[in-house]
Amino acid sequence: MTTETMPHTPHPHTVAHQFDDATQQREASELGMWIFLCTEIMFFGGLFLAYAIYRHQGYAGFAAASHKLDVLMGTFNTAILLTSSLFMVFAAHAAEHGDRKHFVRSLSLTIGLGTLFLLIKAYEYYLKYEHGLMPLGGLPFHWEGEHRTQAHQFFNLYYLMTVVHALHMVIGLAILGIYLAQATHDKPVSELASRVHITGLYWHFVDVVWVFLFPLLYLI
Amino acid sequence: MTVLRPELEPAVPPPESSALALPRRHYLNAGYSVRSWLLTLDHKRIGLLYLLSITFFFVIGGLAASIVRLDLMTPQGDLVQTETYNKLFTAHGVIMVFFFLVPSIPAVLGNFLVPLMIGARDLAFPRLNLLSWYVYMLGGAFTLYALAAGGVDTGWTFYAPYSSTYSNTYVMATAIGIFITGFSSILTGLNFIVTIHKMRAPGLVWYRLPLFIWSMYATSIIMVLGTPVLAIAIFLVGMERMLGVGIFDPRLGGDPILFQHLFWFYSHPAVYIMILPSMGVVSEIVPCFCRKRIFGYGFIAFSSVAIAAFSFLVWGHHLFVSGQSVYAGLVFSLLSYSVAIPSAIKVFNWTATLHKGSISFDTPMLYAMGFIGLFTMGGLTGLYVAALAVDVQLHDTYFVVAHFHYIMVGGAVMGYLGGIHFWWPKMTGRLYPEGWARLSAILIFFGFNLTFFPQYILGYLGMPRRYHIYPAEFQVLNVMSSAGASILAVGYFFPLTYLVWSLFYGRVAPSNPWRATGLEWQATSPPAVENFAETPVVTQEAYDYPAFDAMDAMAAKGLPG
Repeated sequence: MTTETMPHTPHPHTVAHQFDDATQQREASELGMWIFLCTEIMFFGGLFLAYAIYRHQGYAGFAAASHKLDVLMGTFNTAILLTSSLFMVFAAHAAEHGDRKHFVRSLSLTIGLGTLFLLIKAYEYYLKYEHGLMPLGGLPFHWEGEHRTQAHQFFNLYYLMTVVHALHMVIGLAILGIYLAQATHDKPVSELASRVHITGLYWHFVDVVWVFLFPLLYLI
Repeated sequence: MTVLRPELEPAVPPPESSALALPRRHYLNAGYSVRSWLLTLDHKRIGLLYLLSITFFFVIGGLAASIVRLDLMTPQGDLVQTETYNKLFTAHGVIMVFFFLVPSIPAVLGNFLVPLMIGARDLAFPRLNLLSWYVYMLGGAFTLYALAAGGVDTGWTFYAPYSSTYSNTYVMATAIGIFITGFSSILTGLNFIVTIHKMRAPGLVWYRLPLFIWSMYATSIIMVLGTPVLAIAIFLVGMERMLGVGIFDPRLGGDPILFQHLFWFYSHPAVYIMILPSMGVVSEIVPCFCRKRIFGYGFIAFSSVAIAAFSFLVWGHHLFVSGQSVYAGLVFSLLSYSVAIPSAIKVFNWTATLHKGSISFDTPMLYAMGFIGLFTMGGLTGLYVAALAVDVQLHDTYFVVAHFHYIMVGGAVMGYLGGIHFWWPKMTGRLYPEGWARLSAILIFFGFNLTFFPQYILGYLGMPRRYHIYPAEFQVLNVMSSAGASILAVGYFFPLTYLVWSLFYGRVAPSNPWRATGLEWQATSPPAVENFAETPVVTQEAYDYPAFDAMDAMAAKGLPG
C-alpha cells in the first residue's frame, strides 16, 4: 500500500490558505451565509411565535391597535425596501462583471433606499410617541377604549419586531458601506464579487422578514 | 482508515530510553509571544485556548457544587444562608451548562480535530473561529461579573416571571453573558458544518468519515438551529425587565409558559449538544482499544443525525406539570420515548464492537466503558421521567437531578475526559502517566456513582431539587452523596495535575501511540502548523483495524509493507 498525495497548488492571493481554490472558497462562504440565515430564521421565529400566540388570544385588541399604524407609510416603506433589494441584485451582477461604474451606482442606491426606509421608520416611531402609543419602559400609553392590555402588548411587539429588523438593516448598511468605500478607493470590484454576493443574500433576507412583518403588523 | 504507513514507525512503541524526539517544527513552537496565541488563526491553538478557558470555568462551577454538597450534609443547611444557597446552585448550573458542557468537546476537541480528521489545513473560517473564542470570553466575563457582584438566584433555567419581574439579583448581567456566549456556539457550529461539507480531503466521502465527525455535524445542526431560540427567549426576558413589555408577565397579558416553551426548545436539544460529541469520542475509542471495525458504522452515523432531529421535538416533556394540554403531553411523551431508539442503537453497537475484540484497558477505554454504562443508566431513567404519570411523582425531585447528571457528568464529562486522554499525545506531543490516569478514571467512576446514585433514591422518596433545608430522614443519603462528591473532586484534581506535569516531564509521544486509524494520527505529534505536509488522499473506510494490525505485524517481521 502506498501513499498517494496531492501536491499543493500555489495560491492566488485572493484565496485564503485553508482553501484549495477560489471555487471552494466561494462555495464555503455561500454555504456559511445560508446557515447563518437559518439561525436568523430561528431567531425571528421566536418573535413571530410570540406575536402569533398573543394575537390569537387577544384578537380584538390587536386589530384595534393595528389600525393605529399608518398603512400608507408602511406600504411606501415596503416598496422602498423591495426596490433596494432590486438594486442589490444589480450591484452583485455588476461586481461579478467587474463593472465599477454600475457597481458604485447600484450599491449607492441600495444604501440610499435602505437609509430612507430607516428614516421613515424613525419618523413613524416619532409620530407614535407623540400620540402616546410607545409604551416602552414606563412611557405613557394613551389608549381609549377596550382591550387596553392587548393593545399594549401589540405595540410592544410592534416595537420589538421592527426595531430588531431595523437593527439588522443597520448592520447590513454598515457592511455595504464598507464595500462602497473599498470600491471607490480603487479596489478591483471583481475581488469584492463573492462578498457582495453573500451580503446580498443577507440583505434579501432582511427584506423578506419585512415582507412578513408588514402584513402581520399593518394589514391584518 | 486511509493510507497506512507502518514503515515510518516501529509497530511497538519503543522503550523509554529510545531517542524519540518532538518534531523540529510544530504548531506549539511556531511562536511563543502572547500575540501569537491571542491573535492565532490556527484551529489547534484556538482549541487549546478553549481548553484553558473551559477548565477555568469547570473549576468555578465545581467549587459552587462543592459548597452546595457540603451544605447539604446537614438537614438545616448550616453552612450558608438560603439566599446564598440559591445563588450557588444557579452559578453551578449556569457555568457548567453554558460555559463548560456546551463548548467542552466541540470547542476543544472539535476545533482541534475536525480539520485534522478530514485532512484539511484549517476550518473554513479561521477568523470566525477566533472570534467565537473572544465572544465566549466576553460572555464569560459578564457572567463572572454577575457572580462577583452578588450572584443570581433564578436557577439556570431563568423561569419567568420570577426572572423577568421579581428576582432582585444580577439577572441582566447573567442573561447578557449567556446571550453573548450563545453566539460563540453558533459560530462554532456554522464553521463545522461548512468545513465538513466543503473541506474534506479527496476520497473522504461521507461514509468514510470518522464517527466523531458525524457526531460533530449533528451537534452543529443543533447549535445552529437551537441557540437562536435561546437568544430570543433571553432577549425577551431582558426586554421585559428593562422596558416592561408584556411577553411573560401575566399582569401585562403575557404568559410565563411561553418562556418555558422557548427556553426548552433550545435547552432540551442542548442536552444533545452535550452528549452527542461524547458519543463521537466513544465511537473513536472503542474500536481502537478492541482492535476491531466498529459494529454498524452506518447505524451509529445516522443515529447521531436522528438524535439531532428528534431532539427538537421533545421539549414539551419539561412542561408535563406546567399546565400544558394533556394531548400535547401524550405526544411529547411518545416522541421522548422515540429518542431512546437511536441512543440505544449506539449503545448496542458499541457493545457489539466489544464482542470478541482484543480489549485493552488503557485510560481512554476506561472512560469509554464508564460512559457506556453511566449513559445507559441516565438514558433508561430518562424514560421514567418521560412517562406522563411517573413524571408527576418525579418532576422537580432529585430523581431528575440524578438522571441528568448521569447523562451530563457520567456521559458528557466521561467522554470529554476520555477524549482528552486519547488525543493528549496528539495535542501536546507528550504521553500522560498511565498509572495515575487509570487510577483517577476509576476514582471518578466510583465517586460519581456514590454521588449521584443516592440522589435517585432521594428523588424517588420525594426530596425536591433546589431545597436548602430538608427533612432529617433524608440525611443519610445526602451524606453519602456529599462523600461521593469529595471522591469525585479528588478524581478530577488528578488529571488537572498530571496532565500539566506531563507537558514538561511526560514521555515524548510517537505520532500514533495507540496504533489508531484516522488521518489525525498521520500528522506528527504535535502536528505542524499546516497539519499535513501534503494533502492526504483517502482510499479506505474508517476503523479498518484488522488490516491496520496486519500491516503492523508484517512491519514488525521486517517484511516490506
